[in-house]
Amino acid sequence: MQKIGVFICHCGTNIAATVDVEAVTEAIKNEPGVVYAANYQYMCSENGQALIKNAIAEYGLTGVVVCSCSPRMHEATFRKAAQEAGLNPYMVEIANIREHCSWIHKDKVEATEKAIILARAAIAKVHLNAPLISGQSDVTKRALVIGGGIAGIQTALDIAEAGFEVDIVEKSPTIGGKMAQLDKTFPTLDCAACILTPKMVDAKSNDKITLYTYSEVESVKGFVGNFEVSIRKKARYVNTDLCTGCGECTTKCPSRKAKSEFNMGLMNRGAIYIPFAQAIPNVATIDPQYCIHMKTGKCGLCEKVCSAHAIDFKQQDEIVEQKYGAIVMATGFNLINLDQFDEFGYSKYPDVVTSLEFERLMNAAGPTEGTLLRPSNHEHPHTLVFVQCVGSRDTSGCGKPYCSKICCMYTAKHAMLVRDKYPDTEVYVFYIDVRTPGKNFDEFYRRAVEQYGVHYIKGMVGKVTDKDGKLIVQGSDLLENKQLKIEADMVVLAAAVEPDPSARSVASMLTASIDTNDFMTEAHAKLRPVESPTAGIFLSGMAQGPKDIPETVSQASACAAKVIGLLAKDHLVNNPCVAQSNELRCNGCSNCEKVCPYGAISYIEKEVNDHGVREVRRIAQVNEAVCQGCGACTVTCPSGAMDLKGFSTNQIMAEVDAICR
Amino acid sequence: MDKFLQEQILRMSGVNTRKCMKCGKCSGTCPAYDEMEYHPHQFVAMVESGDIDALMQSNSIWTCLSCFACVERCPRSVEPANLIEAVRLAVIRQQNANHLKAQEIPENLEEKLPQQAIVSAFRKYSK
Repeated sequence: MQKIGVFICHCGTNIAATVDVEAVTEAIKNEPGVVYAANYQYMCSENGQALIKNAIAEYGLTGVVVCSCSPRMHEATFRKAAQEAGLNPYMVEIANIREHCSWIHKDKVEATEKAIILARAAIAKVHLNAPLISGQSDVTKRALVIGGGIAGIQTALDIAEAGFEVDIVEKSPTIGGKMAQLDKTFPTLDCAACILTPKMVDAKSNDKITLYTYSEVESVKGFVGNFEVSIRKKARYVNTDLCTGCGECTTKCPSRKAKSEFNMGLMNRGAIYIPFAQAIPNVATIDPQYCIHMKTGKCGLCEKVCSAHAIDFKQQDEIVEQKYGAIVMATGFNLINLDQFDEFGYSKYPDVVTSLEFERLMNAAGPTEGTLLRPSNHEHPHTLVFVQCVGSRDTSGCGKPYCSKICCMYTAKHAMLVRDKYPDTEVYVFYIDVRTPGKNFDEFYRRAVEQYGVHYIKGMVGKVTDKDGKLIVQGSDLLENKQLKIEADMVVLAAAVEPDPSARSVASMLTASIDTNDFMTEAHAKLRPVESPTAGIFLSGMAQGPKDIPETVSQASACAAKVIGLLAKDHLVNNPCVAQSNELRCNGCSNCEKVCPYGAISYIEKEVNDHGVREVRRIAQVNEAVCQGCGACTVTCPSGAMDLKGFSTNQIMAEVDAICR
Repeated sequence: MDKFLQEQILRMSGVNTRKCMKCGKCSGTCPAYDEMEYHPHQFVAMVESGDIDALMQSNSIWTCLSCFACVERCPRSVEPANLIEAVRLAVIRQQNANHLKAQEIPENLEEKLPQQAIVSAFRKYSK
């Protein structure tokens, strides 16, 4: 019989206000095996932990139950305390009477009854607990960063700085991401290229960083410290070792139908192209969808003009296999598709553009070389209307329920830049709320209003129509209680941001969780914001949620610090709650081997002694260093031979019995 | 503040005025804006604050076209037109008189009037 101590936490009033902790203490102190029961205001505090340690020494406890918050919060804390008092940490069980009880109930009588039942279940489990010893696994001292935008670049640079190898996988032909497309950056208005391109060059020249551009993650196996990843390097049909990036092929290519991704489709590019002049790597890529040679076998002009003989129409995709200790999700964002917002006429009128298109129209390296012209007739616009919250804060199903966070600031930036460059323009901004928290952010927005005379209108645009070559913007001015009809030359829509569509598939490969909007979920929203709940997966940039460049860079460095902390370790302590196979029950069916996502189960021929009968059988064997304790094998096993240490069928049945008692 | 009327309007319309984030897109999109004393966003705000009497006495409930553009475009699914309809119904019920009787329809008919408009008008002006 175990000697069990039960400790009930008040959690201030979090638990004690809804659960009668004294009643719980009274109710469980006569449970079989319980030799000590106490309650305390904050069990996780130093005094609370001392209470556990002293009781272990004084009463010779062999098991401990703490009735407190979720085990995700403090299981580690209490296990450590028990260990310090000489008890095996896996003899500690948590009864979650906060998240599962006090926080979700209002009635104190009911909540107290439930808390007692949850405590009894944990006590029943501890009776069957056995001491478990953790094994160790090695750490591959190399990190993978998925996504080569500013988030991925910054994370990779910081990890490399600490002396670890880093690979960046970027699906487009160049690193740089969205930031490379921007004109100026708030709140200081320095040009995006001027501050980004040196970082891109650093990433390329750093001997610890390997860039896999035009590449995608194909599959991920393994676990924290030991991921095995295959990366597909898509065929560029250009030998990157030979290509000098001279651009001769890109100017000679007769195919001009492909829309330039870098210029948001506002101009066309060749079938062979370099996304932009400062692209890293500065090599050409052939787009087979538009290449005349690849489609008809004719042309081949690029091959003729290339003095470096770099064109290789027979190039194939290449698969690179690499091992990593940690993986960073830096998959970034896109603006949402505006098909659901017919009222703004985006697909109908060329002069209605998104903010990202507007960046290109203002950019010196853009389609108009930095002169703002109406896309419809290439004339100078005199009246511009900016519409904020297009698809953001939208719960109707057309857009996104969240605030995209960056639009208020970049719209103020756009408005200010237009007024600065073209003082003869009138600029209107329709806003619902102006949200500019951040260092020097509100001052920036006020400058747009006070210094540059941008007309900020509290209200929303209802519809955009056209009349005699002008756009008629109909919207409400709530402060003046008027409906406005503005004759505009251009309308700029601050469309909501959304995670890159690749995030969902990459996250499922990594078994990392995402929220309902496909943003990556943090291990803890406040206390572990750059880690995924899946060990070894880290989060950087917009993949985790909307954020601007300063915030992205801070988070990217924070993420790097967490990766470095992991890679600096020589060994990781494994979770000892792993599967084990009962060789007498195993029928050799191989089902467990097939479902194991970690490849931890193999079959061996072994002589067993089944009640005096000696025979050689084919039985399952678990590699404890590889097993992550997910339990897939235990529910698959038809003969009940597979069990999970610390979560055995017997333990769980004992809990169920205690609850149903 | 008329609690009873407010609850009646909310129940009839099925609208939750608390969902409104006061963006004004309903009034920005309204084609009958200039004909209305109180505009769609004001209906939401005034029902929220219980100022129902003013709405019931206003001509706005009759000049609203019931085109439902505000319902279609509201980013928070507040459905202002449903509120306006509820206020209209409250007026009709209170006076115990329809603005349109079924037997009056034939003499008011215009040949070019679409059938949908007849049905819509009947819904709008009668119990």
